[in-house]
Amino acid sequence: MNTALTTIPLSTLGIGSVCQIVSLNLQGLLRRRILDLGMVPGTPVQCIRKSPAGDPVAYMVRDTLIALRSEDASQIHVNPM
Amino acid sequence: MSAAIKPMITLEEICTEAEKIRLSNPNLGDTIVSDIYQNAEMIAGPAVSKNSTDSRSWDYKLDDVLTSRLFGYPIMFALLSVIFWITIAGANVPSQMIADTLFAFQDQLLIWFELAGAPTWLTGIVVLGMFRGLAWVIAVMLPPMAIFFPLFTLLEDLGYLPRVAFNLDNMFKKCRACGKQILTMCMGFGCNAAGVVSCRIIDSPRERLIAVLTNNFVPCNGRFPTLIAIATIFMGGMVVSELQTAVASLVVTSLVVLGIFVTFAVSWALSHTLLKGEASSMVLELPPYRKPQLGAIFYRSLIDRTIFVLKRAIIMAAPAGAITWMLANIYIGEISIIGYLAAWLQPFAYAIGLDGFILLAFILGLPANEIVMPILLMCYLSAGQMMEFGTLEELRDILINNNWTWLTAVCTMLFCLLHWPCTTALLSAYKETGSKKWTFLTFLIPTVIAFIVCFIVAQSARLLNLV
Amino acid sequence: MSNSTIEEHQNFLSEHFGITTTPGQFTVALAGNPNVGKSTVFNALTGLHQHTGNWPGKTVDNAQGSFTYLDRSFLMIDLPGTYSILAHTVEEQVARDFICFGKPDATLVVLDATCLERNLNLALQVMEITPKIIVCVNLIDEAEKKNIKIDISALQKDLGVPVVATAARNGKGLGTLRQKLYEMSTGLCTPAPRQINYSSEVENAIQQLLPKVSRLIGSNLNPRWVALRLLDGDQAFINSISQYLDFDLHPTRLQEVAV
Repeated sequence: MNTALTTIPLSTLGIGSVCQIVSLNLQGLLRRRILDLGMVPGTPVQCIRKSPAGDPVAYMVRDTLIALRSEDASQIHVNPM
Repeated sequence: MSAAIKPMITLEEICTEAEKIRLSNPNLGDTIVSDIYQNAEMIAGPAVSKNSTDSRSWDYKLDDVLTSRLFGYPIMFALLSVIFWITIAGANVPSQMIADTLFAFQDQLLIWFELAGAPTWLTGIVVLGMFRGLAWVIAVMLPPMAIFFPLFTLLEDLGYLPRVAFNLDNMFKKCRACGKQILTMCMGFGCNAAGVVSCRIIDSPRERLIAVLTNNFVPCNGRFPTLIAIATIFMGGMVVSELQTAVASLVVTSLVVLGIFVTFAVSWALSHTLLKGEASSMVLELPPYRKPQLGAIFYRSLIDRTIFVLKRAIIMAAPAGAITWMLANIYIGEISIIGYLAAWLQPFAYAIGLDGFILLAFILGLPANEIVMPILLMCYLSAGQMMEFGTLEELRDILINNNWTWLTAVCTMLFCLLHWPCTTALLSAYKETGSKKWTFLTFLIPTVIAFIVCFIVAQSARLLNLV
Repeated sequence: MSNSTIEEHQNFLSEHFGITTTPGQFTVALAGNPNVGKSTVFNALTGLHQHTGNWPGKTVDNAQGSFTYLDRSFLMIDLPGTYSILAHTVEEQVARDFICFGKPDATLVVLDATCLERNLNLALQVMEITPKIIVCVNLIDEAEKKNIKIDISALQKDLGVPVVATAARNGKGLGTLRQKLYEMSTGLCTPAPRQINYSSEVENAIQQLLPKVSRLIGSNLNPRWVALRLLDGDQAFINSISQYLDFDLHPTRLQEVAV
């Protein structure tokens, strides 16, 4: 797949935008957590809202609202749709 | 012999083989998870049919307001104030009714004891010590708890608390702690021991320890009645009676906010010293808002929390009442034991804006914060002339007769907010951390902070001739 | 089971999981993701007959409750709410170990009807361990409000295990749930759970290990699932399996046994 060129970090996604997960550059427990929540490659994710301080950000994944800190979201590479 | 072993397969052999396969295919673990999800999609796809997502908008709109840049924080503060306002306004009348009933019964008890020819010391320990301690705890604690807990459980049931964590996570991140810490603090409002146990929801051991060590800075239900009573008498007393409740609830809310700031400060300090480390990750689910089940809320908050906590308070209050009565009525020479202890504590206590009796009450209240106020009143009443306490006005008279000023009130409230956790909370901290060192720090950090803060406040007020 | 094996199992439950059953009492494990109303189901089924504590040696809550249906008594064990039981955290490990080694007579998995797909992940994981599973699609009323329709019978057919729609907060579907638990525990119902289809690379790896795993564990556990855990390099599982099934990782002891 020639996706590496077009992927962006999830943290840069604007509110309301939809994307598809390409890869996770995370390790350890966080990686497993994210995978267990169904954020596996190919999964569509929508950026829903920012918290009052701008971070964390809430994303809709498989009908569930999940908040992630920007440091963590920046390690998730996505394809904007 | 070897022939018998050969057919055996050990787990270790299989593990080694699995390891080999895994090394040649490092993504195997991820693929397994992805595959399960793909199966889930294949099953859910045909079984689930969705129409427009229009009905979601209600959730969205609520979140738009509750987590907005503009209203997110003010709404949290307002909700907290409103809860306290309802608690304070609603608790007053029932408190007095319970006090009237129980003290009428106390008079009856005294008559019965006299008729039965009971010795003075027995009447003292049982009626004036144990029963009166119990009566105070019930009258002071039950009504605010019976109002506060259902209100708080309502917020919990609605799904608001995860939003609070969402709103505040950034501040916790700056302190290199976890946003879920606020959820453990919310549990702490009910009971710090429960708050400490709830720290299990935090994944990182370092951040979990921070949450355990700072949980005490949210006042538990055992301390709320004390804060509420003093705030109503002294702070509320400064304004016209219509505003009394509003001012008192603002004071209590401000104290809670102060406690939250101390939590941030201590968390930050711990993250830079004893528990050095970077903020780890946080994954927080924001579940949809749900219509609260009033029946379940009522049951859970009243039976699970109120009755449970009240039971604990009562178990503590009866012996504490008996002991306090004995200490107050056993004289060595001219002065009771309590008088000696209080006099001995007086210099330290005065330096931090309290008096010897107040500090003694906090020390004797170590088993349960609920009994601090009853012990204090018993000390005061035994030292001076006997007086029946039923209403807040009478409480005010007792305190003023014992030289309370606004500074005593402020320092007592601050000390109450910041001082050491009760033994139950300490025991929970020991069970959760499994370490004497961290349990000791759970005790030491709040204690030191309480002394320092009260010292600074008391000394500054005196230097500036404010009292 | 003969009387002695029942007694042995009772001792095993009490020693490893802190669970005390009365003679003839069925054990039911309750699993589910967080925020799916699992505790509502637990409270609705067991009412006031509850007891909470910790799992032995772990700082994880262990809530147990009992109820009676028809002539039988059930002890329900409320497992920690987790998204997965691949055992990355202590909570997941506790849940997984109980379903796997505690051998409950039935495992009830509570799913949220409003996000079924994510919740099915957990149900499928449980189905790999035990066939005695009942799927409870909870919050069905919330789903209706959101215009989500779920074909329960299609789901049941596809999964091969009983599926019950509930709205536990209003008590809807709880009667059926009790009945299904009864049928599952007494053996009146024979489930045929769907196997997860893995991609070829995973399937090949499973096939490589499967014969040896089958020989090692016999009929104690699902060998496919054990093979998967070993392939996943799940150290916690390897520890558990040697702890609960008395497999020793050190061959020396096995030699002694063999002699």
